Amino acid sequence: MNKPMDLSSSLPDANGLFGSFGGRFVAETLMPLILELQDEYTIAKSDPEFQRQLAYFQGDYVGRPSPLYFAERLTEHFGGASIYLKREELNHTGAHKINNCIGQVLLAKQMGKKRIIAETGAGMHGVATATVAARFGLPCVIYMGATDIERQQPNVFRMKLLGAEVIPVTSGTGTLKDAMNEALRDWVTNVDDTFYIIGTVAGPHPYPAMVRDFQAVIGHETRAQMLEKKGRLPDSLVACIGGGSNALGLFHPFLNDLDVKMIGVEAGGKGVKSGLHAASLNGGTPGVLHGNRTYLLQNEDGQIIDAHSISAGLDYPGIGPEHAWLHEQGRVEYVSATDDEALEAFQVCCQQEGIIPALETAHALAEVAKRAPTLPREHLMVVNLSGRGDKDMMSVAHHLGEKFGVKQL
Amino acid sequence: MNRIDQRFSELKQQGRKALIPYITAGDPAPQYTVGFMHALVDAGADVIELGVPFSDPMADGPVIQKACERALKQGTRLVDLMQMVKEFRQTDTTTPVVLMGYLNPIERIGYENFADQAASVGVDGVLIVDMPPEEADEIGPLLKSRDLAAIFLVAPTTSNERAATICAHGEGYLYYVSLKGVTGAATLNAEDVAEHLAPLRGMTDLPLCVGFGIRDGVTAAEVAKVADGVIVGSALVNRIAESLDAPETIAGQLKSVLAEMRTAMDA
Repeated sequence: MNKPMDLSSSLPDANGLFGSFGGRFVAETLMPLILELQDEYTIAKSDPEFQRQLAYFQGDYVGRPSPLYFAERLTEHFGGASIYLKREELNHTGAHKINNCIGQVLLAKQMGKKRIIAETGAGMHGVATATVAARFGLPCVIYMGATDIERQQPNVFRMKLLGAEVIPVTSGTGTLKDAMNEALRDWVTNVDDTFYIIGTVAGPHPYPAMVRDFQAVIGHETRAQMLEKKGRLPDSLVACIGGGSNALGLFHPFLNDLDVKMIGVEAGGKGVKSGLHAASLNGGTPGVLHGNRTYLLQNEDGQIIDAHSISAGLDYPGIGPEHAWLHEQGRVEYVSATDDEALEAFQVCCQQEGIIPALETAHALAEVAKRAPTLPREHLMVVNLSGRGDKDMMSVAHHLGEKFGVKQL
Repeated sequence: MNRIDQRFSELKQQGRKALIPYITAGDPAPQYTVGFMHALVDAGADVIELGVPFSDPMADGPVIQKACERALKQGTRLVDLMQMVKEFRQTDTTTPVVLMGYLNPIERIGYENFADQAASVGVDGVLIVDMPPEEADEIGPLLKSRDLAAIFLVAPTTSNERAATICAHGEGYLYYVSLKGVTGAATLNAEDVAEHLAPLRGMTDLPLCVGFGIRDGVTAAEVAKVADGVIVGSALVNRIAESLDAPETIAGQLKSVLAEMRTAMDA
C-alpha cells in the first residue's frame, strides 16, 4: 500500500457503498425499514446513553475485554512468529457473535420493536441472538437450514433452552443462504414489530457498517492490549472469513496502520479448484445477493452455487461487501484453507494450547501454520480465536473419531 | 409508442381494467412457456409478466420459489427467455411482455447486453424486484434509450415522500404490492388497497396495478374497482405445481383461472 487513504472511517458512503460494493438491493417493502434503521443507528452511534449501555453489557454480561493471550507453546511449535490469540471464544456464548447481538438488541429496544428474528449457520449467531432476546424479554425466531440443524444439534438445543423458536429451512440447499432468504421473508411479512438481527457484515446498508462497528471492539481492544504488552502494534492479523464479521472486527481499527498486514482466511473446502468450497473472493465473482453487491459463488447465469465447508459457519456463498472492497484495494490479503488443513490446525491448537477452537477459527489457525514458521520471533502475529469448538464435537468425531477410538457422538 | 402505454391507453378508452398474469419462464419446462403465454392472451391477458427464474427469490413465497427451482432444474437461462419472447412475438405483436425477476442474473450478462437483447426480441418492460430506484442509476438510462419501461414497486410501507420519488422514476405502470409479505401469502383487503392508492393518484399519471393476494374472480373484481390493473401470479403458478404429472392440461387450466377473473372484472 502506498497511497495514503483513510480506509477506516470514510466508508461506506451515504448510499452504503464501499467502492462499487454494498448498497441496498431489497424489495420496496423493506426499503423504508432499512432507511429507518439507518437513521436510528446514526442517532445511537452518537448517543452517550446508548454507548453507556453498550459498554455496560459488553463488560458485565459478555465479559469483555477478552484477553490477548501469548500462545507460547503454539509459538514454539511453529518455531517462527510470536503468536497471540485474541480470546473471543471466552465471551459469553462462546464466540464473537454476541458483540454484535448486544448492540443490535439495544437498538431494537430503542426502536420499540417487539420481536427478534435471525438467520444462523453453525448456530453461534442463533445462540447469541436467542441469548440477548431472552435477556431483554423479546420473543425470538431463528431460521436455520435443515442441513445445518442436522450437523449442529447441540446449538439447536441451546437455542430452544433459551426460549427461541428454531424454524428449519428446507428450501434451496437448506444452509445459511436459504436461512437468510427465509428470515428476509419473515421480515417483509412482519415489518411493523420485528427487528432482524443479521449476524455478519453483509446484507443491505446499514447492516455491513453497523455489524462492523459493533465487532470493532475486538480490534480496538487488541490494539490497546498489544501496545500495553509490547509497546507497539502487531505486525500481522489473521482471521477466518465466512461473511467476515470477526475478521472485520479485528482488522477495521488497524486499516490505516499500513505496516500492519492483514490476512483473511476463507473456507477452501475440498480445495478452491475442486469447486467444493466457500471461498467467495478466491473462487467467486461480483454479483448481487441478500441486499448487497459483493463477491459471490455463482454460475455463468448468475444463479447462486452451494458453498461447501466442513464448518457450517463459513458455509455461505457470499462475503461482506467491505471485504470485497478491501480485496480489490489490496489492503487485506485473502487466502483459503481446506477442510483437511483446518482439521489439522484444530488438533494442534487443542494439543499445544489446551484450547478447543471452533472449526471456523481452525481455518485461521491453518494459515498461521503456513505463515508463522517463515517469520522471525520478533514478528507479532495476532489470530482472532473467534469461537470455541464445543459445538463441533459431532462433526469432528465424524472425521477424527476413529483416530481417538471414539464412535459417533 | 411502447406497447405497454399503447395497451393502457386502449383500455382507458374502453373503460376496462388491465389483467396481468405472471408465470415463471421455464416452469415446468422451457418448451411449455410460449404456449402458456398465448393461452393467457386468449383468456384475456392485457400484459404478460414473465418471471426470470432465480436461485434465491427472497421476495417470493414458496409457490414461486418452487417454480424457480423447477425452471432452473430444467436448465432455463436468461438467453432462453429471450428466445421465448422472440417466438411469442412471431404471432403476437401487440401484447406487452414484462420481464420480472432479480438483479443478479441480469447483472451477470451485463446491463447493456441485457437491454439490447430484451429490446431486440420484443420485451416492453422490466421489473427488477430487488432494485429500488436508488440502485437504478446505471441500468435506468440503458432501458430508457431502448424504450424499455422500468417498472417499480410501491409497498404499504412506502412513505408518500418515497412514493413520489418512485413515481418520478417509474414507467409503464406502477406495481402496488397489496400487502406486507411475500407473493402468494394471504388475501388482500380491497378497502385498504384503495386507501393506499388514493395519494398515488395525485402523484402520477401512470396506471396503478395491484399485485400480491389476488386469488380468484372475486378478489380480482374488487381490486379492479379501485385500480387500473390486476396482477395475478401465485394463483396461476399453483395450477402448474398441481399438474406436473399432466403438463399438457396446464394451458387449459391457466386459461380457465384467468378467464374467470376476466369475466368477473368486466362484469
